[in-house]
Amino acid sequence: MSAPVSDSVVTSTCYMCACRCGIKVHLKDGGIRFIEGNRDHPTNRGVLCAKGAAGIMHYHSPARLTKPLRRVGPRGSGEFREIEWDEALATAAEWLGAIRRDDPRKLAFFTGRDQSQALTSWWAQQFGTPNYAAHGGFCSVNMAAAGLYTLGGAFWEFGEPDWERTRYFLLFGVAEDHDSNPIKIGLSRLKARGAKVVSINPVRTGYSAIADEWIGITPGRDGLFVMALIHELLVAGKVDADYLLRYTNAPWLVVEAPGEAGDGLFARDEAGEPLVWDRTAGQAVAAGGPGLRPALKGRVKLPDGRGVVPAFQLLAERCLDARYAPAAVAEACGVPASRIRRIAAELARAAFEEEVVVEQPWVDWKGERHERMIGRPVAMHAMRGISAHSNGFHTCRAIHLLQLLLGSVDVPGGWRYKPPFPRPAPPPDKPGGKDDEVGPEQPMPRIALGFPDRPEDLLVDADGRPTRIDKAFSWEAPLAVHGMLHTVIANAWRGDPYPIDTLFLYMANMAWNSAMNTGGTAEMLSERDPETGDYRIPRIIYSDAFYSETVAYADLVLPDTTYLERWDCISLLDRPIGKAEGAGDAIRQPVAPPDRDVRPFQDVLLDLGARLGLPGMTKPDGAPAYPGGYPDYMVNHERKPGVGPLAGWRGKDGSSHGRGDANPEQLERYRANGCFWFHEMPAEAQYFKHANRAYLDWAVEMGLRDNATPVIHQLYSEVLQRFRLAGLGFGETLPPEAERGRIAAYCDPLPMWYPPFEEEASGQAAFPLHAVTQRPMAMYHSWGSQNAWLRQIHGHNPLFLSRALGEELGLADGDWVRIASRHGEVRAPVKLMEGVNRHTVWTWNAVAKRAGAWNLDERAPEATRAFLLNHLIDDLLPPGAGGYRYAAADPVTGQAAWYDLRVRIEKTAAPETAGPPQPAAKIATDASLPERPDDIAYRPSPQPGDRRRRAIKGEGAP
Amino acid sequence: MTSLPKPDARGSKSLGLVIDLDTCVGCQACVVACKEWNTGGIAGPLSDADAYGQAPLGAWLNRVHAFEAGEGADGRTVHFPKSCLHCEDAACVTVCPTGASYKRAADGIVLVDEDKCIGCGLCAWACPYGARELDPVGGTMKKCTLCVDRIYNEHLPEAERVPACVATCPTSARHFGDLADPDSDVSRLVAARGGFDLMEEMGYRPTNKYLPPRRQTGHIDHGPADALEPAPEGGFLGWLDRVLSG
Repeated sequence: MSAPVSDSVVTSTCYMCACRCGIKVHLKDGGIRFIEGNRDHPTNRGVLCAKGAAGIMHYHSPARLTKPLRRVGPRGSGEFREIEWDEALATAAEWLGAIRRDDPRKLAFFTGRDQSQALTSWWAQQFGTPNYAAHGGFCSVNMAAAGLYTLGGAFWEFGEPDWERTRYFLLFGVAEDHDSNPIKIGLSRLKARGAKVVSINPVRTGYSAIADEWIGITPGRDGLFVMALIHELLVAGKVDADYLLRYTNAPWLVVEAPGEAGDGLFARDEAGEPLVWDRTAGQAVAAGGPGLRPALKGRVKLPDGRGVVPAFQLLAERCLDARYAPAAVAEACGVPASRIRRIAAELARAAFEEEVVVEQPWVDWKGERHERMIGRPVAMHAMRGISAHSNGFHTCRAIHLLQLLLGSVDVPGGWRYKPPFPRPAPPPDKPGGKDDEVGPEQPMPRIALGFPDRPEDLLVDADGRPTRIDKAFSWEAPLAVHGMLHTVIANAWRGDPYPIDTLFLYMANMAWNSAMNTGGTAEMLSERDPETGDYRIPRIIYSDAFYSETVAYADLVLPDTTYLERWDCISLLDRPIGKAEGAGDAIRQPVAPPDRDVRPFQDVLLDLGARLGLPGMTKPDGAPAYPGGYPDYMVNHERKPGVGPLAGWRGKDGSSHGRGDANPEQLERYRANGCFWFHEMPAEAQYFKHANRAYLDWAVEMGLRDNATPVIHQLYSEVLQRFRLAGLGFGETLPPEAERGRIAAYCDPLPMWYPPFEEEASGQAAFPLHAVTQRPMAMYHSWGSQNAWLRQIHGHNPLFLSRALGEELGLADGDWVRIASRHGEVRAPVKLMEGVNRHTVWTWNAVAKRAGAWNLDERAPEATRAFLLNHLIDDLLPPGAGGYRYAAADPVTGQAAWYDLRVRIEKTAAPETAGPPQPAAKIATDASLPERPDDIAYRPSPQPGDRRRRAIKGEGAP
Repeated sequence: MTSLPKPDARGSKSLGLVIDLDTCVGCQACVVACKEWNTGGIAGPLSDADAYGQAPLGAWLNRVHAFEAGEGADGRTVHFPKSCLHCEDAACVTVCPTGASYKRAADGIVLVDEDKCIGCGLCAWACPYGARELDPVGGTMKKCTLCVDRIYNEHLPEAERVPACVATCPTSARHFGDLADPDSDVSRLVAARGGFDLMEEMGYRPTNKYLPPRRQTGHIDHGPADALEPAPEGGFLGWLDRVLSG
């Protein structure tokens, strides 16, 4: 009972989902004995989820690729020959080198759930292609963009609720596999403290199940619901006017000159400072000055004759409109007006009658000293259910406005930024890849993804047409700040806006669960031009650790390692892991060497960069700049002087944090500290960070910011108004005629609500039901259902619907239904339940597998009973005027709108007679995969007599 | 048949779990951590038959079931973790024909001596909670050991000497301790939160306790709130004048 647990313990960072928890891996007899959470780690504080604990089965998966592969059969056949790495890298370098010498745009490099975006984006920049992004356009760019343009931060990893102080918590549309351990830990703290948890979600699973109140809203109506809450708060005067005046642009004066070029922009002084109306002086003066008493209402005239009004009044007029009254939205939301009014009352009471105080003096950016930190203890969090709709950007903006009106952003008890946020709203980096920035053998001056703040920042040609392959940063999606992964394959196949040569994908299962129009996408990947006989997408290079559905479509496969077999860096240049109290970053270290001929993708990318002679990856003599691969880069790369991928233990002796010279011992210091670094900021810096002198100075000192200017929350978005004006025909850079109406309608400077586009596209009568997915907490995308342990928890997925709807349709548990959308159909067994919106059906995400993929038995339930809702989701809207088909996406950010889906269901026969759940032919299982065991009896190392275990003796107690 | 420890030989401790149904979100973390610890531990391996096939079937010592209770607005979703409850009157022990199943006198943990287990399955039939599983490959009976190879393990730091399911639970819904000691943290928790015996009427006197979901009426400091009153005297804009008049 007291045997040593392990021979050694190696710390690292989990990668079974995107949380990036700290782990301790126990090794025994050369095998992995146990993976547990690291109690010292700021993200997970010792806990670990089901996915993390199943890392052993990830590491031992028979779906792991073992060798580089060249395709020999047709695309999609799964027929390959094994090749050596020299050939693989030489082939890739030859293909990519030819592109770079010709036109770097012809490389489209898209990564999936990549945790090394600081490297991959920099690599694309050095290569010189603007056609780069990760998966954010599919995931939650609506949330990120709305947050960054409003607050200079966003939900999820950019911030966190003040779990220890909040008293009222609203959780909107959360995906339960994301940021899961921090949210679970936080929810238990709220429950222990007796705070109220309200979950707004069409489906009552996981977190919603333990909420004090579940609001089963109809999908796509969250924005209406929030606007109605704001309406109620305004009517009652329950708004934190002091917060609005100090920290937001609520008092800034907006020019009212309909039909003129400056309409809707802020009135500014000669220095460009926005003006406010000082009620003492009775005149317009620059915002932010000392001793002002700015007005929040009132239409006045400036000396030059222009009419102006405070932004807040426009906001109030918008939200006080009768269409946002609770009674007007109740039916659409599926939430009674009385309930909306009660929630508003509870929010107001928590915010204004239960304020929380931290006895900590602080000084604001103007130099004014505050004796205490006073907070409004209302916090919010939102995720995929908000963002994956075509109205998600404005919905998320509305949520942020609700937070701001309650004065609850980065205050005690509110929602708080995590460093390096807040950044300016929006951040100052512009997208890279304008026409004059792209050319043969030329790096781009900036990283491809950035934050446009005016039409001139868009990546469009002289005729206003997109110049990125995914049409991000075009008039179709001006604020597509995460790119549009979901459009790449179809655009490349169509040659719209232009054909490409090579599609280079990393960890993005685009031929299956990471695509809309799944069947069509697979066809596009394998379709040939009948005239030339060549594939329409000429070359596909793919890197993945597993034999996913996408591998079969690649011409060249670069096998990656699992997360337990490589170095990695979770960088502040990418996505933060710290806490509201301090900055943090982390590394992965190899726990075990790979037992097959695979290489970490990050090493491969640096190797390819050196072979291609890319700037920054090659020394002047042509030798690789990072001969030690990714760990060499992690330590020695500098993005700007003193700032590198890792912020901890910098400087020659490791005594600097944030900024400092490269430290050759840096990785050793991380390893000695459990593979993470966390640096707490001073107590006086921990709240009001957007306006807190101590924070802003600390952030500059740490290299997180270039200057200490405050972040003014943008209730009213002048950026959006600039685009709207272009849509109305004002300015130098104008959209093509056909785009103008759309730009003018959706680039609204104030939040609004409109029905998700799919509702008109599908027709209410023909497809009366909403269909959404929920993330099982024990799975992460396609990784879960190939894992020997996790697939026993979710091996197939029924279609869940309300008991009332089931009774109406004559359906009982286990009956099969045909689920049809305007795009396609699938079949599924049904399960009736109470906890789901009456107009909504739902299922678990990404359980289904294509027969033959992932080295599962082709008769596995994942292939024969599970289904993907993706098959029903069109990637395009129906043709509009002129026949053009827009992406099924948010018109502001390009976010894939896959939660807009509308379906109808009808009873059908079981698969034995009606056929498989979804149309997807079997693909060949690659012969070079590890042998698939029938049974597993896992031990760290095989032990004699494992089939008959030794006894547990009775005298175990000491 | 096998005997339970005689009352006069029974030690003072009753180690067990307290499981909080108010905070369990059904994430399955405890389920997989248990599998992971125990497959490599003293009760392992916990095998998985047909692991990548048509009908995977593994031995698990802990499972979480989800069900709904009540209808309409009164309904709720309950996640219900279930493992051996280490009963005082453990029917799985008394039914065992070989002496393989036994209850430890010192701390009350119910274990299986696999050298004696013939895999007859009588204990699984006798257990009222369905908490025992036959290993599909090894052919012997598996059950929760309360991580007996962790809780007394001097190679682990003191704080880690708890069952793997307790250590990993992200919502702190699982607690471990001595339920025979009325002053223990777990006993106090049971008293404070109205912890109950699962199917008490059956009389097996389980050691593990469950804490019921709390009343879902909202904020502890709140009375009922109906709706906000419109701002008097000039409505919203009048309110704005007053609030800014200072």
